[in-house]
Amino acid sequence: MLAAVLVIFLAAAIAPTLHRLLPAFSHWLLALVPAGVTVWFAQFLGPVSGGETVLQVVPWVPALGVELAFRLDGLSLLFALLVTGIGTFITAYAGGYLHGHEHQGRFYLFLLAFMGSMLGLVLADDVISLFVFWELTSVTSFLLIGFNHEDGRSRRSAVQALVVTSLGGLALLAGLVLMGLVGEGWRLTAMEASGIDFRAHALYLPILVLILLGAFTKSAQVPFHFWLPNAMDAPTPVSAYLHSATMVKAGVYLVARLNPTLGGTEVWTYTLAAFGTVTAVWGGLMALRSTDLKKVLAYTTLMALGTLTMLVGLGTEYALKGFAVFLLAHSLYKGALFMGAGAVDHGTGTRDVNQLSGLWPKMRLTGLFILLASLSMAGLPPFFGFLGKELMYEGMLEAGSTGTFVLVGMVLANATMLGAAGLVFVKPFLGKPSQAAEHAHEGSPSLWIGPAVLASLGLAFGLFGSLPAPLMGAVTSAVAGTAKTVDLHLWHGLTPALGLSAVTVALGAALFLGLRGVTAALGGLARASRVNFDAAWDHVLAGVDALARAVTNLLQAGRLSRYMLLTIAVMFALPGITLLLRGGFAMPKAEGWAEPLGWFLCFLMLLGTFGAMLATSRLAAVTALSISGLAVALFFLAYSAPDVGITQLMVETLTVIIIVLVLAKLPKFGPSERTDAATRLVKLVVAVAAGGVTTAILLSVTAQPLSPHLSDYFAAASYVEAYGRNVVNVIIVDFRGFDTLGEITVVAMAGLGVLALLKARNAPKPEEDAAAPRLDPGKPMTGEAD
Amino acid sequence: MEVVLAFTIGGLVTGAVYMLLSRNLLRLLFGVIILSNAVNLSIFLAGGLDYGVPPLIQGADKVLEGTYANPLPQALILTAIVIGFSLLAFALVLVYRGWQDMGTIDGDALRVAEPVETTPALEAAARARKHGRETA
Repeated sequence: MLAAVLVIFLAAAIAPTLHRLLPAFSHWLLALVPAGVTVWFAQFLGPVSGGETVLQVVPWVPALGVELAFRLDGLSLLFALLVTGIGTFITAYAGGYLHGHEHQGRFYLFLLAFMGSMLGLVLADDVISLFVFWELTSVTSFLLIGFNHEDGRSRRSAVQALVVTSLGGLALLAGLVLMGLVGEGWRLTAMEASGIDFRAHALYLPILVLILLGAFTKSAQVPFHFWLPNAMDAPTPVSAYLHSATMVKAGVYLVARLNPTLGGTEVWTYTLAAFGTVTAVWGGLMALRSTDLKKVLAYTTLMALGTLTMLVGLGTEYALKGFAVFLLAHSLYKGALFMGAGAVDHGTGTRDVNQLSGLWPKMRLTGLFILLASLSMAGLPPFFGFLGKELMYEGMLEAGSTGTFVLVGMVLANATMLGAAGLVFVKPFLGKPSQAAEHAHEGSPSLWIGPAVLASLGLAFGLFGSLPAPLMGAVTSAVAGTAKTVDLHLWHGLTPALGLSAVTVALGAALFLGLRGVTAALGGLARASRVNFDAAWDHVLAGVDALARAVTNLLQAGRLSRYMLLTIAVMFALPGITLLLRGGFAMPKAEGWAEPLGWFLCFLMLLGTFGAMLATSRLAAVTALSISGLAVALFFLAYSAPDVGITQLMVETLTVIIIVLVLAKLPKFGPSERTDAATRLVKLVVAVAAGGVTTAILLSVTAQPLSPHLSDYFAAASYVEAYGRNVVNVIIVDFRGFDTLGEITVVAMAGLGVLALLKARNAPKPEEDAAAPRLDPGKPMTGEAD
Repeated sequence: MEVVLAFTIGGLVTGAVYMLLSRNLLRLLFGVIILSNAVNLSIFLAGGLDYGVPPLIQGADKVLEGTYANPLPQALILTAIVIGFSLLAFALVLVYRGWQDMGTIDGDALRVAEPVETTPALEAAARARKHGRETA
């Protein structure tokens, strides 16, 4: 199974090159790959229908227990066949549909990469690899929706689909990890077999909510549905493949896959049934309102996704059988319809049902297959869709009171399918030929072979129910978690389900005949409800933008003082908070209080510092600075550091001299850089806090006993090994000689830098004056006299 | 004396930070000078304070004995003082050249690298978003 997935990814990798070499045949050649994989999977039909499950495990990240584990049971096999089988026709179809498009090779790459991801997703047994494939489908879907990347609308739709599905993906990841923790492993089969009762676990509700968020966003359940109709901006092969037959069903697949582990509780049933029914009804009604063929089909897809979700939620035997049959039926007819709609678009240049009429004489083949598929969608006998609908009704009747709750909604939703079927076949193909129909023409074989096969299968499976029945039984068993068999017959006798079907057909016919009135009423309803998800999406995005801008403006104001404030505040807050939280503060033993010289020098340091801080003239500030610096030097002298003291004295003197020299060239302190009282207060608070944190840290440090190890070593080795009596000097020139070399280098570099800066002034640079953006010099700083 | 010096250093840091937050680049430099002193004193304090016993080996001795001040922090501070001085000299020249070329020593007015965000760019972004919505 790993090989099957890899082969498709490999085909994706070579697709652009192959297309460049053989532009005329590339789609047929590439279609052979999924075709071959389909045949390979088909050999498992017998064993899997007989109840077998095929497993394959390849270690991936052994340290984390993550495996590329694959499982082939009924559900996986059905999906694998759909993904590769429909994928075969889509690949061929894309060749005809995008004929001559400059990025056709790229399209095959995206399409086949998606196919591989989707195949991996439905086969994965390890939840981590399942998640990886899940995200890969989101990414490839993004690339495919945004394929016409020069169109702003496509880009928006692509981003929307990506953001919605990957937010769901994040939730899904959290849910799956929680599941793995509860299930003590990443393998789904192991979790099912372990006998751990997830439903009784304290984490059941969080797991459920997170996983359903992932499933609902992917499968476009209300209120996350809005991205799916927008995704119709993608080229038609993509809509036919990803957004009807495969990817959007990933959410449904996941729910079905987890039904044995998580399903069956009240919250599961009611949540899935409620969201599913609302989505189904909403999708059905919106389909009737649409005039774009692809949008009609997109909304009917919503209806199908809602129905499937609801059926898993009900979870009764017939509901699950209905799930299996309806899943297959929908994939067959919806794939055919989308490809047919694309062929109509290709042949006439429009998809607007109001402009299409009387196409039948011009496009008989396309029309025939659309007719067959529409009848299956409408759920009329003897098509496969009819069988699905009957089982669905049986399931709801079986579910008792819960079923009654959804029954009304589903009858309405199924009736709208009949109306939508009319919309996609009757309106474009029958009646008087419209203007658009005049130059209509049939496309190349690659455009109608897909619809032909899929629509015919929909009829064949309906007539000969025994053909798909074994696989349907295996699917039902996989979803239910216990062995089930499915018998498919067109005629069950006069059952209540048949009665409901009759009601549905009557209602659907009425909806279609009164379409104008229905559309108007729905339009009024939509205006009255004022719920516009698409607009809400824009508001959310604008809000995120505004938040990002506000945060950026706060943190990156472009003003030096703001940067300094943030940097310093963080620099002192982090150690301060750490000290506080870890309870690291300690007071040293109070010693040496009676050292008047120390007290006096400390007083001078503070005097100088605060003097410089408050000085209003530059000279006063420099004077105060030198008082502080001198006091520091004397302090070093007094406390046994004569070398340090002397150096400090020299440096301090040099500093003052240089500053005074430069001062002559610089503006005086002026009022222009004065700040308001509030800013000064903030500065003062930060400054005092910084000082406080420093004192606290120093006190805690001095409270610790000092290790004499190093100083003892230097004291013992200074003369004996280096022949120096001044231990400090010996350390500098000998023990830490390289350190001093580094220091000298720094001084030299700084000196060079200073020289370069001063020299640069003298170089002529006329062009810079003209080209470089110069700041407005503004008013020179004038102010009080020094 | 350790406690007194710890509080004094806190005072020095307070003054230094207050000046570092100033818009006037010269004041900011003064803050750097004081901060560098405060850091040197911190290293000194962390190595222990000893009054009047410099780490010098007397005439006849071969090793340092008895009470003596910790020599290692002193060596570190010596390095730090010189490097602090280099930094100051470089920064001072930067401020001076800034004044020469841009005519200001107000740090907040130096916005060549990050100019004030222009309204046309914001308007264009808003227009692009609106456009996307309307065509959708």
